[in-house]
Amino acid sequence: MATFIVRRLIASIFIFLAATYLMYILTALSGDPLEDLRTSTAPNKQQLIEARTALLHLDVPPYLRYFIWIAGVGKCFIGQCDLGVTVQNQPVTVLLAQAAGSTLQLVTIASVIAIILGLVVGITTALRQYSGYDYGVTFLSFLFFSLPIFWVAVLLKQFVAIGFNDFLSDPQIAPWIIPILAVISGLIWMSILPGKGRRKLITFAAAALASAAVIIYMDLSDWFSYPHIGIVGVALTLVGAAFGVTTISTGLKNRRALYASLVVAGIGVAAWYPFIYFTTGLPFWGWIGIGVATVLVALGVGWFMGGDDRRPVARTAAIVGFIAFSVLSLDRFMQVWDDYANSGRIKGRPIATIGSGTPGLEGSLWVHGVDLFTHLLLPTLALILISFATYTRYSRASLLEVMNQDYIRTARAKGLTERTVVVRHAFRNALIPIATIVAFDIGGIIGGAVITERVFGWTGMGALFQNGLDHVDPNPVMAFFLVTGSLAILFNLIADLVYAGLDPRIRVS
Amino acid sequence: MSTIPPPVEQPGHHEGGVTDAENSIELKEIAGLSQGQIVRKRFFRHRGALISMVVLAFIIVLAFTSVGVAFGSWKSGGWWPYTWNIAVAIENGGRPTLSLFPFSIGNHPFGQDEIGRDIFAVVMRGTQQSLMIMVIVGAIATFIGTVIGAISGYYRGWTDSVLMRFTDIIITIPVIVIGAVLGRRFGISGAPVLAIILGLVLWTGLARLVRGEFLSLREREFVDAARVAGARDRRIIFRHILPNAIGVIIVNSTLLMAAAILIETGLSFLGYGVQAPDTSLGKIISENQVAFSTRPWLFWWPGLFIIAIALCINFIGDGLRDAFDPRQRRMPTDKALSRATFVTEKSA
Repeated sequence: MATFIVRRLIASIFIFLAATYLMYILTALSGDPLEDLRTSTAPNKQQLIEARTALLHLDVPPYLRYFIWIAGVGKCFIGQCDLGVTVQNQPVTVLLAQAAGSTLQLVTIASVIAIILGLVVGITTALRQYSGYDYGVTFLSFLFFSLPIFWVAVLLKQFVAIGFNDFLSDPQIAPWIIPILAVISGLIWMSILPGKGRRKLITFAAAALASAAVIIYMDLSDWFSYPHIGIVGVALTLVGAAFGVTTISTGLKNRRALYASLVVAGIGVAAWYPFIYFTTGLPFWGWIGIGVATVLVALGVGWFMGGDDRRPVARTAAIVGFIAFSVLSLDRFMQVWDDYANSGRIKGRPIATIGSGTPGLEGSLWVHGVDLFTHLLLPTLALILISFATYTRYSRASLLEVMNQDYIRTARAKGLTERTVVVRHAFRNALIPIATIVAFDIGGIIGGAVITERVFGWTGMGALFQNGLDHVDPNPVMAFFLVTGSLAILFNLIADLVYAGLDPRIRVS
Repeated sequence: MSTIPPPVEQPGHHEGGVTDAENSIELKEIAGLSQGQIVRKRFFRHRGALISMVVLAFIIVLAFTSVGVAFGSWKSGGWWPYTWNIAVAIENGGRPTLSLFPFSIGNHPFGQDEIGRDIFAVVMRGTQQSLMIMVIVGAIATFIGTVIGAISGYYRGWTDSVLMRFTDIIITIPVIVIGAVLGRRFGISGAPVLAIILGLVLWTGLARLVRGEFLSLREREFVDAARVAGARDRRIIFRHILPNAIGVIIVNSTLLMAAAILIETGLSFLGYGVQAPDTSLGKIISENQVAFSTRPWLFWWPGLFIIAIALCINFIGDGLRDAFDPRQRRMPTDKALSRATFVTEKSA
């Protein structure tokens, strides 16, 4: 294994060097960096040309100039990164540090959500193959797959942002919309849940009535102006989560796991009051600390209640603990929504269409969190729509292929429950090809983010790349590529290792 | 993939079980058919793919006959009265005259832009360009990907290492990035040049897949047989292995074409794709995106055509995958299964 890693690592370094070289040459030859000066009418034209030539080493031909740049990159290993300067004589290292944060934030959040959603939807469609739900999702994922991202982005701006902001100024749902939404929700649940005939009708009626009740409650309590979950909502969600997670993770027959998750859910409900009212001045790391502590406490509960079956019980309890922390945080963020939406900087139109943050916004961690959310919402949606389709298709195909294998038939013949067959036998093996595809995709997602950033006016790495390319200035372009390229190579490497780790057949050869 | 073996009675195998029923349904479906006929039959059963073929054919015919084609100075007219580059007087405030109830097309069904060009003609011209780019990219990328994948999978060893490391280098650079850099340099030379450039960078995924396919096919008996019979490498690669890998190649080149049309629109949107006076669907959208609130039809129609084309191609690709890939066979319905079980039980 060690030689395998070392060999891959060395190969990766050479690939990286070759790719940067190719990219540098292509960028340097993509136009004339002095074009704007040559056509200018400034009296000191000659001087300006000389100044820029000296600044960017334009007297050195590109295939040698690369080595000046790579030497600067090499200094990163001794802590003095030098990625060169732009045409405007700004150090690229500083620009990259400013730009990389917002882009990576966007891409990471979008990828994580897309992967989770894609996996869940892909797996459920595979388990309900040829159902209405399956056909619906298949058609939708093909549709998303065929959408130009900037086209979606403009539509999102128009309908989600502007439309939703208009709605928020007077949040009243028209009475005729409620039954329509209820019927849609009923149809969706009916197609997802199993059963035939009568059972379908019951599912449909229950889902439709429940949705209608929730919508009417939201409408009457002015929920859209003062969103909240409340202690009742938190309690219901957490008990539901305890049952749901236990069903998938260990099966409801494992009473220890069920009781442990219910205890964790109870702790979560008990923590609601202090968490909502005594966390105003909480710093970011304090929040993360509380999250880690919650999961650790849940792990402990599972460990002590687990008896002779500790590991699965502790795992189940920890997942419930994480859900409890997320739900409580969500409720806490919702508490500041009204203050945020009506503050002087937002002026009642919270969903942002431009930029990555409200400049000059002051407030607690929670206010900044909400601000981040409103700015990330649209670009993340746009990015998710596209990659979600890919992940859904792949995980569906992968699980279907595994479910048709002989060892699944054997597992069923042994009398294992359907849960054990799907979660323990099929799901793990279906993950192998998905893991590699996700890793290969990361570089592509950052590339796609160039377009998304441009539409939503983010000053991230996409802008760095475009400005550099417009001025035929390799340094910022290469800074962009340094991040995307090394991430792509890193994730390819991880994909290889994960593949070798998951599939013993690879290791043998 | 070439032949499906007949069912063998295995010891301990329950007679007339579900597996036999499944097999008998499948065998009955393909009895007496050639490989090509089986593929065609499976493809035509995929309703989405079939509808997509019809829609795509309609779009192609519409785009090329309506406003005619133009290559440089050579032009042929179409049946549509307006052309994409000549402005006429604005009617109806430029709004689309298309109406469904009662159905009427009117003079400018898709509307006009601010200087009076007919949007239908503009969109048709953009569709032509996008389709052309798609076909060129697909052809070039498929050719390069197949050749590189075939050579590296067939010869293995050093050849394979060198070619695959080269593929890794290209694959490391995101397509949109290398496309933008090359498009900035060559986009000005016209849409066909841009298409060739895109084809030169989009072959990597296909090369990897074809290589994998060749690596497993070259170990099969029919390759040994060909070699023993004295066939040269070139003959083995092109006459023996390639026809067996054709499913993977066709499916992925269709999907690649769908990706190409989206990449071209993305590049044109960023300003590195097709340059004026040429036009493409992506360019029409990017030129008009600020006008969304005042003239949304400038934005809707080209977008709908991009989606229609990409959606059709994706569905056709999916249908081809179903047709070529025996692993993703369709599960028989309960009714067919029970009938088949009954028949096998009776015959047993």
